[in-house]
Amino acid sequence: MSATLRQFRRKADKAITDERLQNAIENAAERFVEGRITALSSVPDVGEMRDHFKEIRDATISDLATHLITFEKNAQEAGAKVHWARNGKEAVQIIADLAKRHGVELVVKSKSMATEEIQLNSALIQQGITPVETDLGEWIIQLAGEPPSHIIAPAIHKTKEQVADLFQEHSGEEIPADISALTAEARRVLREKFLSAGMGISGANIGVAETGSAVIVTNEGNGRMVTSLPPIHVVVMGIEKVAPTWDEVAVWLSLLARSATGQPLSIYTNVITGPAHPEDVDGPDEVHIILLDNNRSRFLGTKYQEVLQCVRCGACLNICPVYRKAGGHAYGSPYSGPIGAVINPLLFGLEKYNGLPQASSLCGACLEVCPARIDLPRMLLALREDEVNRRILPWRDRVMERLAASVLLHPWLFDCLVRLVGKMRLTKVIQPFIKVKMPPLAGRSYRQLWRRGGGE
Amino acid sequence: MCSLYTCPLVVLQLQYADMGLDNNNSNQVALFVTCLVDQIYPEIGLAATRVLKGAGFEVDFPEGQTCCGQPFYNSGFVKEARRLAKRTIEIFRNYPAIVLPSGSCTTMIRKEYVHLFEKDSNWHQEAVALAKKTFELTEFLTKSGGLEIKNPARNGLVTYHDSCHMSRSLGIKEQPRELLKQAGFQIVEMQAVDRCCGFGGLFSMRMPEVSQAMTEEKLLRAKQTKAPILVSSDPGCLLQMRSNQKDPSTVQIKHIAEVLDEVIG
Repeated sequence: MSATLRQFRRKADKAITDERLQNAIENAAERFVEGRITALSSVPDVGEMRDHFKEIRDATISDLATHLITFEKNAQEAGAKVHWARNGKEAVQIIADLAKRHGVELVVKSKSMATEEIQLNSALIQQGITPVETDLGEWIIQLAGEPPSHIIAPAIHKTKEQVADLFQEHSGEEIPADISALTAEARRVLREKFLSAGMGISGANIGVAETGSAVIVTNEGNGRMVTSLPPIHVVVMGIEKVAPTWDEVAVWLSLLARSATGQPLSIYTNVITGPAHPEDVDGPDEVHIILLDNNRSRFLGTKYQEVLQCVRCGACLNICPVYRKAGGHAYGSPYSGPIGAVINPLLFGLEKYNGLPQASSLCGACLEVCPARIDLPRMLLALREDEVNRRILPWRDRVMERLAASVLLHPWLFDCLVRLVGKMRLTKVIQPFIKVKMPPLAGRSYRQLWRRGGGE
Repeated sequence: MCSLYTCPLVVLQLQYADMGLDNNNSNQVALFVTCLVDQIYPEIGLAATRVLKGAGFEVDFPEGQTCCGQPFYNSGFVKEARRLAKRTIEIFRNYPAIVLPSGSCTTMIRKEYVHLFEKDSNWHQEAVALAKKTFELTEFLTKSGGLEIKNPARNGLVTYHDSCHMSRSLGIKEQPRELLKQAGFQIVEMQAVDRCCGFGGLFSMRMPEVSQAMTEEKLLRAKQTKAPILVSSDPGCLLQMRSNQKDPSTVQIKHIAEVLDEVIG
């Protein structure tokens, strides 16, 4: 996984020239944008609620260790086992070991960005374990062998006709490009997987410290089946997803679905607090919670700490004019859009993702919609500054920019040079070296005209 | 049909006081034309000068000015941006008001300079002081009482593009529209009016494919309004849209100063 400037441009260009993809993204993103506006309009003082949510998230992240330890203690008391994973490799190994110990060959998964982040599926396959995605969008992209292109709508880039072709290829039977027929097919295939899987894996939208619970919101019944049918359930949760008490969860849930899909609340809100009790009719015998760091803790106490307030609603993707053109795959990671442009370099290394801080016109639309009011444009600026200071930006750009700044420090030099370029028609010489069409320079600059009594 | 407003010196001084400015018995404004206007679109600078003079202001052009530093700030060259910001502060600090025909450069001075000097209290103070008296052109004209329209456009249709920094960081959306209405224009709003035109400074050079796709969408939405004129308050957006316009006959892309200059007679 990576997204250098060149890789981003190449993938974005491919997306831009794919009319079907452009329509699919545009329609879905616009529906989310409009849905969000309508859903938030039903909340009185939504601005204050977002301010409050930002304060809550900020306070929690600022005291993350305390809340995580409380979470661990209460989750253990509820009967869950808590594992700490420093990185993806450790998390994968914990899961693979568990599966092997219980002789699990088939795993069902509900949608989880944390498991996408650590590329759990391919790692499990390597160890002889078969993971099956059961969220419709995730199942589609698993069949297609593609990464997700949107945080909450992983198959946003696919049309129903493409999905029908894919299902047909998979089942060998003819399936019409009709939404109910497609979901019926998914239900038919996946139901059997739920019943035979030895392990269910989910993410967690929120980990509630005061009770040690994991909260999962979904819109398809799959989440509930993944978390209750198989005998073992594993939750993979990023350490930043913790809420101290249920009071914070109330605000969190009020904003999450509204910002994400434009719903007042998702269809299902699951709460998992330890394994099934003897009197319960169903539920897993064992619950394991993996607290995943994977470089998150490195940003505590730095200028990037704020980014840990993200709740992965995807609102910044939907509104972003760059994402809407470039599509999710250009970001070279399951995290795309403005939040991906910030966290991918942070989580996986700025060198590998040096194109992403540049993938923004800094229009500020993301900041306007973020439920936690994360200042993503400022984070992008900080990353660009890092690219300069760490010499990740190519030397040619560094020389050119410093040269330009030196010239601009001297007004007469600036004017003379630009005039010279204009007079000698040097724009034609420069043109082949830059990627945009150079505008013609004015015959006389404003300062020349001013001296001649301009504006009289 | 137009709001007529004459600006005698007394009224102006009262307005300066209203705007929280130190008037020093002066109706002087310093024009920061911006580097793009200086070298590529001087006619916008001339139009802005005439419009400000028409509104009763004495306009000065401090010749030491070059660039506000935004291209460097936005591409991570903070040291370079800081040096240009210090120059800008030194050049403009003694004027009662600074006016720019660009929402984006205004945002740089008003909102970002303070971030450049977070660790330097003297310069930070200077940045705060300059921010208080720096205005985007349409904002300044509206605050100081509008324009005297001698030659109003009759039923002219225009569509107005909200530039990102101006509308989101400065919250200036109504003022340009108010002036256009005063000037006799009817505004036909385009869809997704505040979506970025694709410029983003160096973004347009580093990501040309995405940038130009964004511009294409913007121009399409402008065309859909059927208004013959597309107005913007930012030379950057203007540069981007004009450079990528495939058929210039469909819509004329103009800076708001040029449009206003035509109606003040």
